[in-house]
Formats: sequence, C-alpha cells, structure tokens
Amino acid sequence: MSEFLMLFRSDVSLERPSPEQMQAMMKQWQDWMGGIAAQNKLASAGNRLTAEQAKIVKPGGVITNGPFVELKEAVGGYIVVKCDSAEEAAELAKGCPILHIGGSVEVRLVIPM
Amino acid sequence: METNELLPHLFRTEYRKIVSVLVKTFGLSQMEMAEDIASDTFLTAAELWGLKGLPLNPVAWLYNVAKNKTKNNLQRHQLFDGKISTEIKNNAAEKFELEIDLSPQNINDSQLQMMFAICHPSISVESQIGLSLRILCGFGIDEIADAFLTNKETINKRLFRAKEKLRDEKISINIPDAMEIDQRLETVLTTIYLLFSEGYYSANQNKMIRKELCLEAMRLCYMLIENKITNTPEANALLSLMCFHASRFDARINESGEPIFYNEQDATLWDADLIKKGEYFLNCAATGNVVSKFHVEAAIAYWHTHQNDTKEKWENILQLYNKLLQIEYSPIAALNRTYVLSKANTLLEAIAEAEKLNLTNNHFYFILLGELYKTVDKEKAKKHLQSALALSKLVTEKQNIQQKMDII
Repeated sequence: MSEFLMLFRSDVSLERPSPEQMQAMMKQWQDWMGGIAAQNKLASAGNRLTAEQAKIVKPGGVITNGPFVELKEAVGGYIVVKCDSAEEAAELAKGCPILHIGGSVEVRLVIPM
Repeated sequence: METNELLPHLFRTEYRKIVSVLVKTFGLSQMEMAEDIASDTFLTAAELWGLKGLPLNPVAWLYNVAKNKTKNNLQRHQLFDGKISTEIKNNAAEKFELEIDLSPQNINDSQLQMMFAICHPSISVESQIGLSLRILCGFGIDEIADAFLTNKETINKRLFRAKEKLRDEKISINIPDAMEIDQRLETVLTTIYLLFSEGYYSANQNKMIRKELCLEAMRLCYMLIENKITNTPEANALLSLMCFHASRFDARINESGEPIFYNEQDATLWDADLIKKGEYFLNCAATGNVVSKFHVEAAIAYWHTHQNDTKEKWENILQLYNKLLQIEYSPIAALNRTYVLSKANTLLEAIAEAEKLNLTNNHFYFILLGELYKTVDKEKAKKHLQSALALSKLVTEKQNIQQKMDII
C-alpha cells in the first residue's frame, strides 16, 4: 500500500460559478471524497487552495503576485489517497468533479521516508 | 426485577462504586485489595440472600458489608504487621479509626477519578478498555475475552500487567489538568461508547440487561457532564448520540429479542423524552470549534429521529456520513453511507459504490448488496443474500436473511 498525492488543477480563466453551481459542486466533491473514504483509501482530506494572496518568490528577492498572469491552469487543492498502484489511484481520480469543469488531476506517488 | 437478575444488575452498578471509593481511599496500589473486597461482598450477598431472602435495601446492605470487610481486612494486616514489627506492636487495631465515605458525592468523585486513572496513557488502549470494562462496568473476565475475541488467560495477563504498570508509575487518582484533559477524555469517551454499544448491539437476548448496560454508559457520561472540567462539547455530543440511539431501544427489538430494522420500526414506540434530551445535549455540544466523530454521529442519529422520508433528511445524512468517514473509517459507516446513497442520490450510483467496498468477509456487506439489487436484479440479490447467510453466525440473523430471500 502506497500513498499518492492527487493534485487538482483547473482553468482559472473561466467564469466563476454561481452560488447554486458552487453548492452542487460541493455535494459532488463531498460525495466523491466520501466514496474514497468508504473504500478506506483516503489517507488525508488535504486542503483547498485559493488563488487570492498567492505570491511567487524568485531569486534575487523578487516577489510577484501569483503565477496566474502567464498560466491558464492553477492548483486548486490536493488530497492524499492510499492505493496498491498508481493505476488504482488514477481509477479513483476518474470520479473527481474537477473533470466536469475542464480541470485535471495529477497523480503522484509519495516517496516513503 | 426478578431476584435472579438483581444480583448481576447490582454487580454492574455497585461493583465499580465500591472499588472506586476504596481505591480513592487507599491509592491505586491497593486496586487488587479493593477488587477482592468488592468481589467478596457480592459473594457474601449471593450466599446470604439465597438463604435468607433479600434485605430491605440491597445497595445499603452491600455498602455496609463492604465497609466491614475493609475494616476486617485492614485489622488483619495490621495485626500481621504488628507481629513482625516490634515498633508498632502496641498500635492496637481498635485505635485505628477508619471512615470509608460512601456518600453519593464521594462515590461520584471517586468514579470520575477512577475513570481517568484507568484511561491513563502509560498503559495501552486495549488495557485501558479492558480495565474499564472490568472495574467500571463490572464485566467478567470471560465477557471481556469475548469482546476482544481472545481467551481468558490473555485478558488476565493483560489486566494484571496494566495494574502493575499503574502501580509502578505511581499514578495518582485524580482528574487530569487542563493541559492533558482533551486527550485523556477521548479515551474515556471511547470506552463509554464501547460499553453502550455492547448493550445496544450485543447478541445477548435479554433486553433488560442490555438496556441496563446502555443506561450505565449514559450515566457514566452524565457524570462527566456534571463536572465542570469534563463538561466538554465532545462529552455532550456523545451523550446526545446515546440518547437518540436509546430512544429507539424498545422499537428495535421484538418480544423474542430479535432486531427490527429501522424502516420497519413502530415509530410510536420511540421515546420522545429521550429524543428531547438528545436534542438538548446536541445543542450543548455545539460550542467550541472541534467537530468530533461523536458530533457527526449524534447529528446522524438526530436525523434518524425524523420519521418522514424526505430528500432533505437523506441528503443531510449522506453528507454527515461523508464527513464521518473522512474523520475515521469504519466498515459499518461505509455500509451505511452506501445505503443512504441509494436514498439521497440514485440506486444505481449506490450499487456502483457498493461494488467497490470489497468487504467480502462481512455479512452485512452482502445483506446491503441484496437489499440494493432486489428491485434491479433478483437473481443477483438472491446470490448475495446466500453469501450473507453463509457468513452469518447468529440464528436470529440467519432467520432474518432467510426471510429477505423468501420475499424476493
């Protein structure tokens, strides 16, 4: 059993969803995560990340406000799952609601320490 | 109450009080002595009550006998010590003024402190629960062995080592300070919930005794709430949860002790008083910023007291199960969530999710699959119920599953 990080990316240039859409999305997320937890495969519910107050720090003391000027996609959150293989983790990721709004899920093996 | 049930009943409720007060008086190092005196008291009761009939006030009788046995025990030891030690030779036993305080206040304080002493982090969680069942709940060694799916010898060894450890570490008997109360309280709450579950879900067909176990757990929890330091949101959430569950106690078991499923229960048998109490303690639990699993489970139990099958009810329960599973996985929560999914979302979604659970050594898993498939694919439903039948060990359960198969 290994741990895999799921990184959610979505298109930040798209229009913001309405409160009703957000409510519906919240249910989709909770049902999806609940389903993973019900299989006893959720290692950590992770965190959601906001694009507000993002800073990029570069060499030479250069600090800019967020990476979003040049990038279309931004990381919106992550969870950690426990699976036997990356294939199994990818199978779980297929149900992720981010895919419904044109986003993507990146699955990465966590190197055990 | 029948005479032959009175003694086990009193053992459950009074054993821990006698042990707690004695340990509070003489220290944790004297736990063995306290247990011996308490056991001895009940042995005397069993012998005498059988011959002479019940005393007018059995509890007061027990306290009196326990007090006398303690005094005799101490005198014996003092005499013995006196013989070998010349210095205290003249320290006659009569001079020894001993007051064992069995007032309600001291009984309550001692029990509370005993709870924390037993649930001390220096011993393993398994030992904590074992000792709690033994001392706070008056369980027999074989009953504890059953609960842990092991043998008496293992339990005896485990409890012996745990007591030794508590003695060696010189654990004092008191309420922990603010720094460690949260962590310590969590073990205490878990143990109380286990005790409640033992009564609520046990295979024991005696409804009286099972109910008594549940009430004992609620009483222990209420003792925590009565104390300012231990009156936490989590403790209130647990009591609320137990009130909601207990409100269905009479509705969920039939005359012959067989379980009645939630959707087949006669809701007029639900105890409105306990539901109100549950709501009260749930409100008390809604402070602070920690949402414990007890909060979530209490909220789930709250929605179950709503009889009507509304979309709102099932959607709320589904989201609560999603949350509960993210806090802590358990097979039973996973199965319940999947059933609720069929109510809140769609049957097909529930089936797809159920197929992923893979709890193939759990007969409830196959009962769930049978239930979900029964309108969609009768053959599959029957096959799953057959698997459930093969895995089930209880006669009443087997009958229940057979009935389900016959209806399909």
